[in-house]
Amino acid sequence: MSGSHAHALHYHGHSPVHHLPAETKLVGLLVFVLSVVSTPPTAIWAFCGYALILMIALGLSEVPARFFITRMAIDLPFVLFALLIPFVGVEPKIAIGPFAISEPGLLSAWNILVKATLGAGASVMLAATTEVPDLLRGLQRLKVPVVLVAIASFMIRYLDVVAGEFRRTRVAMAARGHNPRTVFDAKPLAVASGALFIRSYERGERVHQAMLARGYDGTWPSSGNERIAAKTWIVGLTPALFAVIVAIAARLL
Amino acid sequence: MHMPDGYINLATSAGAAVVAAGGVATSLRNSGKELAERQVPLAGLTAAYVFAVQMLNFPVAAGTSGHLLGGALAAILLGPTLGALVVTVVVVMQALLFADGGVSALGLNVLNMALVTPVVGWLVFRWLMKVLPARTSSAVVSSMVAAAVSVVASATAFVIEYSLGGQGGVAVGTVLQAMVGVHALIGLGEGLITALTVGTVLAVRPDLVKGAADLPLVTDRTAPSRATTVTFVVGGLVAALVLVFVLAPIASSAPDGLEKVALDTGFSEAATDHPVGGPLADYGVSGVDSERAGTVLAGTIGVAATFAIGLAIATLLRRRRAT
Repeated sequence: MSGSHAHALHYHGHSPVHHLPAETKLVGLLVFVLSVVSTPPTAIWAFCGYALILMIALGLSEVPARFFITRMAIDLPFVLFALLIPFVGVEPKIAIGPFAISEPGLLSAWNILVKATLGAGASVMLAATTEVPDLLRGLQRLKVPVVLVAIASFMIRYLDVVAGEFRRTRVAMAARGHNPRTVFDAKPLAVASGALFIRSYERGERVHQAMLARGYDGTWPSSGNERIAAKTWIVGLTPALFAVIVAIAARLL
Repeated sequence: MHMPDGYINLATSAGAAVVAAGGVATSLRNSGKELAERQVPLAGLTAAYVFAVQMLNFPVAAGTSGHLLGGALAAILLGPTLGALVVTVVVVMQALLFADGGVSALGLNVLNMALVTPVVGWLVFRWLMKVLPARTSSAVVSSMVAAAVSVVASATAFVIEYSLGGQGGVAVGTVLQAMVGVHALIGLGEGLITALTVGTVLAVRPDLVKGAADLPLVTDRTAPSRATTVTFVVGGLVAALVLVFVLAPIASSAPDGLEKVALDTGFSEAATDHPVGGPLADYGVSGVDSERAGTVLAGTIGVAATFAIGLAIATLLRRRRAT
């Protein structure tokens, strides 16, 4: 099973971005996104700056642009939603062709569109260049409670198993003529979902027993307390630093 | 439902993050030693389950579909604290590994989807279980109502956040109507699937449903007294209708968004340019006049529909038990 260390958005590679410790990338992502969100929507040049930072990071990471762009498709529903806003927005209005477009709505749509896209791009960067165990270790080093990290690691470990089971069930149902059209056809799906819960829970019980058999005593082994060199932090946070400079400049100018 | 970056301003996002962190910390403390020792793999597997079930899209109405939030379901199955922790892990991992939901909006998303839904779902579920007779079918009906209410509560939380720190452009009233309207429909689907899922688990391993832990495991097959059932049905309907009549004026006290826009621009200009604008304009005027009545009517229809679905579930369950 390859699912334990690779996931849908991951792009295997050995670039400098891949080799950065996950916690620097996590902090960098957070700082970058906060800088983007704090920028007034009228400062268009600032968003070009953020996009440039992202593109340089993308170039360094050796993740193909095509891979990157297709993975950002998760943004699409919000793009569509944002495009609706100018049509239902508040006064004042400007007339474009036959439509009355709300001016604040237009600004709001641009604001959401550009920030959501930059945020999604930065998140895809993290996901594409970080393997799951590294990410979990990074979260742990950032003092995220051990229990939460442990739950997350079990979730990731068994996600493909559980989702695969559900997928097979649905294929089997479709093969037997189940074709849901309205909400009232949901019953077989829900029964399958109930069965899936019981299976997942019982699998959890077995996993727990197997852990007990191997000496699990309730304490979670805390791994990776090794410190990261200050230099690595500085390198890892460079893109975020540039983003902060852009954000401050956008505020002042 | 996963909010991206840029929807809500920084101050509100930060506030939500603090509230969410507090909620998660409280859940962690409450789940305490038991979780650390025994339930970590169980919680992890349940998180994987919630993640998988969230991929379950169900058709809502013509053309649109919703996906399960699963917060109320997790709370009913695992209890509110563990349920909240499990959904929190799901939401955080969706943001970090799948870029689903913005990182700056993580606090908002955890609050709306991982804390509001389990807590509201659990409270509604437990309250209904106290009111209803202690039977399996009550747990199923309660799950349905709890899940539906939890989805609407989550949408309401979004509207509150939008009114506090939205980037503007759309009137809060418009957002309220759109969000609560759509999520009332999604809530019906969520309620139906949650109820049937809980029903299935109750039928096979009732010990796994934390919310129904105090139900007698050996179901009492003697028929319930007619009077209690009738009292409950009538009482529930009356309560729902009272809610409609109380809530409807509140809901329609802020309809200035869409209607006003339609009035101001839609047909005042369009009526001369586009003959198509005519009937719409008529509709708008008569709509504004009888708006309150219309909302109450819609609410009443909603209650009737919910009641019919609940009745259908109960009948189905009874038929299954009879065979």
